[in-house]
Amino acid sequence: MSSRDLILGRVRRALADVRDDTPYEQAVGRDYLLRHGRLSAGETVDLLARNLADYRAIVHRTDVRELPGTIGRLLGAHGSRNVLVPPGLPPQWMPASGPARVQDRAESTPYDLDEVDSVVTGCAVAIAETGTLVLDGSPDQGRRRVTLVPDHHICVVRVPGQVVSSVPEALSRLVPARPLTWISGPSATSDIELDRVEGVHGPRTLEVVLVSEE
Amino acid sequence: MSGTFVGMPAFPEAAHRAVGDRTLRGNLRHATHTIRAKRAGAVAELSDWAALREAGRQIKDHALRHLERCLVQLEDAVTAAGGVVHWAADAEEANRIVTGLVKATGESEVVKVKSMATQEIGLNEALEAAGIRAYETDLAELIVQLGKDRPSHILVPAIHRNRGEIRDIFRSEMGAWGRPAPEGLTDEPAELAEASRLHLREKFLRAKVGISGANFMVAETGTLVVVESEGNGRMCLTLPETLISVVGIEKIVPTWQDLEVFLQTLPRSSTAERMNPYTSMWTGTTDGDGPDTFHLVLLDNGRTDTLADPVGRQALRCIRCSACLNVCPVYERAGGHAYGSVYPGPIGAVLTPQLRGVQSPIDASLPYASSLCGACYEVCPVAIDIPEVLVHLRERVVQGGPVTRDGAKVILKPAKGHAAERAAMRAARWVLGHPGALRTGQRLASRARRYRPRTLPGPGRAWTASRDLPALPTEPFRDWWQRTHGEDHRPAGTEGNAG
Ligand code: SF4
Repeated sequence: MSSRDLILGRVRRALADVRDDTPYEQAVGRDYLLRHGRLSAGETVDLLARNLADYRAIVHRTDVRELPGTIGRLLGAHGSRNVLVPPGLPPQWMPASGPARVQDRAESTPYDLDEVDSVVTGCAVAIAETGTLVLDGSPDQGRRRVTLVPDHHICVVRVPGQVVSSVPEALSRLVPARPLTWISGPSATSDIELDRVEGVHGPRTLEVVLVSEE
Repeated sequence: MSGTFVGMPAFPEAAHRAVGDRTLRGNLRHATHTIRAKRAGAVAELSDWAALREAGRQIKDHALRHLERCLVQLEDAVTAAGGVVHWAADAEEANRIVTGLVKATGESEVVKVKSMATQEIGLNEALEAAGIRAYETDLAELIVQLGKDRPSHILVPAIHRNRGEIRDIFRSEMGAWGRPAPEGLTDEPAELAEASRLHLREKFLRAKVGISGANFMVAETGTLVVVESEGNGRMCLTLPETLISVVGIEKIVPTWQDLEVFLQTLPRSSTAERMNPYTSMWTGTTDGDGPDTFHLVLLDNGRTDTLADPVGRQALRCIRCSACLNVCPVYERAGGHAYGSVYPGPIGAVLTPQLRGVQSPIDASLPYASSLCGACYEVCPVAIDIPEVLVHLRERVVQGGPVTRDGAKVILKPAKGHAAERAAMRAARWVLGHPGALRTGQRLASRARRYRPRTLPGPGRAWTASRDLPALPTEPFRDWWQRTHGEDHRPAGTEGNAG
């Protein structure tokens, strides 16, 4: 007998006492809240900004016109010699001049990525209640590795359009088949006497630019 | 469950040792109290906590009650998404599968994400025996691995080590595993974290094979979820060409929507954060993004035996948040190592004896390593009634009875007169002899009273053989014990120096 059949057979026998024909939809009472509190769109964006900052992300606010200037300034302040930009990032987001642009090519190795100073991406959705950015690998966000290996990540969030209040609202917007990365503040550890230290393996600096849509 | 902790003394001896270790106790108390206080705040932020907890319980129960269907659905979904599913009945088979998969890649080293399932089966040891070096990449697991130590907490496995000890371990051991610790390394947490970053980065960048567990598997979509903080998880899940995930069959949830419950309750219950820094979700493989080969090893290893017990099966709902450890007065004093298993604390006391059986002294003693105060149940985000399972397992130990082992029904003999019984009795005495470990019990005594063991081990058994303990409606168990056993059963002056 295969182990598959063995295990499934054990499961069946283990549950011989269970009679449960309740359909799944009725088996789980979803009496919890879809979101916590009724906030306006503007207040939701404010909550996102607060919760991002609470977990040590650096938050900036700007509009579409000022965006390239803001990004240029952030790259300059970080002293970045080069910046990686995913292929689908709107070109008008980036400053006309500034650090050298790097492409993430299929043949690039993790070592190549390790040479990258900064990365600029969009996001799929941002969650206000938890201060979370979700990336789904769309062309403006790139492969999972580009927001992981470089030490400085600038993430652009269109507000209020890309902001939801809660985890349930975010999940309903996401496509499970895509590779998803949820980011709440920079990489951190509390493994040493519970002292929180930012930046272990992921980017040590996470900057979030909230861009108001006109 | 494999013999990862072979040779462990039974709970009372191990606990006795821990109580004598001042550093360990100090580290542990600081940690559990800090997390406990923070967690209460994080939970209080959600006004619908009770509803989330109930939904979590129902989702997990439904998944367990329909486990066969869910597993088959998961297998289909993962396969359709480009993954390969393997089934492992026990630790040995899981290790054989993983070792074979690594060997097939031609690689002789792997990077690992912290995973209790792979610890449970002793995967690192099995890989080593096959000439494959496994690098733990979670900072705490790295500390444990370099220190040739064992994890002592589910969430923060190196909680028993303080910064000075960690610096010493890094200085003396890192060189043998790769990049040595930087010159002049101090005990500053930021410096220690940086040392681990440098040490591990070279391993991440060259890694061809990653090994992980998973916090959740979604039957409906075939999606796997790993929740973490440092980014080491993302490294292992993203950079290698081959990813192998070893996951207990109980980690399944039926639908994508179910994640909305656990992604709210897990971070707040475990690290007391609104959300952990990183969560990765993947469904099979994605062209050009992440590993191009994905293997999922579904692990039984005693889980179906646990499922066969109508009282004990609720332990399979556990999402390993570790909240129950941080509120447990016995864990706080005894330390994680005393439980002799990768699952310490209250959940370990009910899960381990079910996964491994209650025949050995350590496993027979675990159900007695509790004051039955009920605090673990109060905090559990999936409402596992740990005291109820503890009492049930105590009866198993003392009276024997029908259990399922390796899928077959067997009748367990009573532990009477054997080493197992003596260990159980000593564990009970240890708890009763530590008033500090019972203090919480007193506070919650009214609610916990119904959990009073109906049968006592050792000297108490003769007494309970002829009457039911619940016949004493108002007297708390510890008072009864003190009254009938007197002071001589309690080591003198315990609490001041040993509690
Ligand atoms: S038993 Fe409950 S509280 Fe304890 S680790 Fe599991 S889920 Fe968390």
